[in-house]
Amino acid sequence: MLAFALKRLGLAVLVTFTVSAISFSLLHLSGDPATAIAGENATEADIAAINEQYGFDRPFAEQYAEWLWNAVQGDFGQSYYFKLPVAELIADRLSVTMTLGVCAISFALLTAVPLGVLAAIRPNSLIDRIALFISVAGQAMPSFWFGLIMIVVFSIKFRLLPPSGSETWRHFIMPTIVLGYYAMPAIMRLTRAGMLEVLNADYVRTARAKGAGAGRVLFKHALRNAIVPVVSLSAVQMGFMLGGSIVVESIFALHGAGYLAWESIGRHDLPTVQALILIFSCFYILFTLLSDLANAWLDPRIRVG
Amino acid sequence: MNDPILNVKNLTVDIPVSGGTLHAVRGIDFELNRGETLCIVGESGSGKSLTSLAVMGLLGKRLQVRADKMEFEGRDLGSMPQRQMQALRGDRMAMIFQEPMTSLNPAYTIGDQLCEALRLHRKVSKAEAMARAADLLGKVGITAAESRLRQFPHQLSGGLRQRVMIAMSLMCEPDLIIADEPTTALDVTIQAQILRLLADLKREMNMALILVTHDLGVVARIADKVAVMYAGEIVESGSAKEIFDAPSHPYTRGLLNCIPVPGKTKPGEPLGSIPGIVPSLIGDVSGCAFRSRCNQAIEACASTVPERSAGGEHKYRCIHTQLTSEVA
Repeated sequence: MLAFALKRLGLAVLVTFTVSAISFSLLHLSGDPATAIAGENATEADIAAINEQYGFDRPFAEQYAEWLWNAVQGDFGQSYYFKLPVAELIADRLSVTMTLGVCAISFALLTAVPLGVLAAIRPNSLIDRIALFISVAGQAMPSFWFGLIMIVVFSIKFRLLPPSGSETWRHFIMPTIVLGYYAMPAIMRLTRAGMLEVLNADYVRTARAKGAGAGRVLFKHALRNAIVPVVSLSAVQMGFMLGGSIVVESIFALHGAGYLAWESIGRHDLPTVQALILIFSCFYILFTLLSDLANAWLDPRIRVG
Repeated sequence: MNDPILNVKNLTVDIPVSGGTLHAVRGIDFELNRGETLCIVGESGSGKSLTSLAVMGLLGKRLQVRADKMEFEGRDLGSMPQRQMQALRGDRMAMIFQEPMTSLNPAYTIGDQLCEALRLHRKVSKAEAMARAADLLGKVGITAAESRLRQFPHQLSGGLRQRVMIAMSLMCEPDLIIADEPTTALDVTIQAQILRLLADLKREMNMALILVTHDLGVVARIADKVAVMYAGEIVESGSAKEIFDAPSHPYTRGLLNCIPVPGKTKPGEPLGSIPGIVPSLIGDVSGCAFRSRCNQAIEACASTVPERSAGGEHKYRCIHTQLTSEVA
């Protein structure tokens, strides 16, 4: 298990460096940063000055090395737009996004897994139909529309929840449901399919033949084997939620990291975009790593690979 | 102790299917005494596995199991609440399955799975359970038992896994073990070892054993009693000696003709076979189910066929009292 963990960790670090190099290169290739910062009416001299000030005239590899060296130490430079250290700027926004992401994935898992298990125990029953309806609706409904409906109903009509902002926990309820509901259908269907397969497995029959009760058979013997793909999927969904919750963040005016990334791209705020890409990919890699380790713990056959 | 440990009368298993009801097991009787081995023989689809699962109470709710009597150690299994049935399963009666490769849970160690079988029924510590597990692994012929306990099923071969399954069934020292084709999935050399092991353990622990198989060679080696099943019915039953010395049902004779006998079967001579396939059991089935494949069939076979006694425990279900010529 330890060898497996170390191997995966090494791979994760390698992937992180590759991602940072590729994202750094792509951003610098996507246009001359100095021209973009200087604006439309800038003279040659202005651009040259900016080039020198920000170091764009230096060799590319040198720029990357310096950026990476600083980034490893937590210094992502100054935001061109906010004129603030990027690290500070992101830390603030990231806490909002992280809170939302963790709440949303928890909401998705806590609804999807029990529903998937129930649906699998009684396939084609009423509960299975209801679960199917919920998941199809979740898949078909765009987040922005569902978010707006929530605001109309809970904020405007019943005045129960605040429609926007991120000051209290109550501000997070609706975004959590909207973002979580988006991830829920896939998790539920996967849980259901996995449980259906596993409940027919020979070893589940063995467990019953030993005299294990229904609950023990279901949770100890079946769910542990059925949940493996669900763990992998959840990690991907969680990574996606951190970087891709822009829609939900915009609707509820939650100023999170996704929203900041979207704004910063428009403003050619290179240090912020670079830092965000690196951080998003680090989280993505981290979640994948955690899910690999969780799965190796759940299913010993994975440890061999 | 003359009371049979297991006494089954008129057991039926019906499976609802789209075209009606499939009568998979159609009114079978058998009984088994402590220390005896009963072999249930038959081809695929004859209802032998369903019979054993019905005794264990492991059939799904969709299947309808009925019996006039299904008594285990004097207690009626048919009317027993789920909870009591659960307490019996794995404790007083245990089962070994056909497919050792998939019958163990891939997520837990061998030791965990063995201990679970004991700790579900007895209040013992994990350490005590592990000690018993190691002891039993040794008994079923697994060397280095201590280290095996920490291994996972995927690290073991099929033969080893079946030995683990046997050890698991023994954890609570059951009175009855039902083995459903325990050697079918194994190599021939391993098959003989596993069978010998089962027979030895049975004798040593004075258990009753039901062995479900389609292999008459296996039957000849270890059976005390034999029940030959065909299309959901027991067509012939009796002691192993009676069945092998004087097979009376055309189907039993056909089965026996399918295996070569050293010294009797000439080299190059084709072995017997039974032409045709098992009839559909969906809807009402009347008369002898074997008549479409039987070369002794007469018109009366379509009506109710009597059960005849051939002396002692030996019974068979055929219209003929004396068969005129060899079948097939």
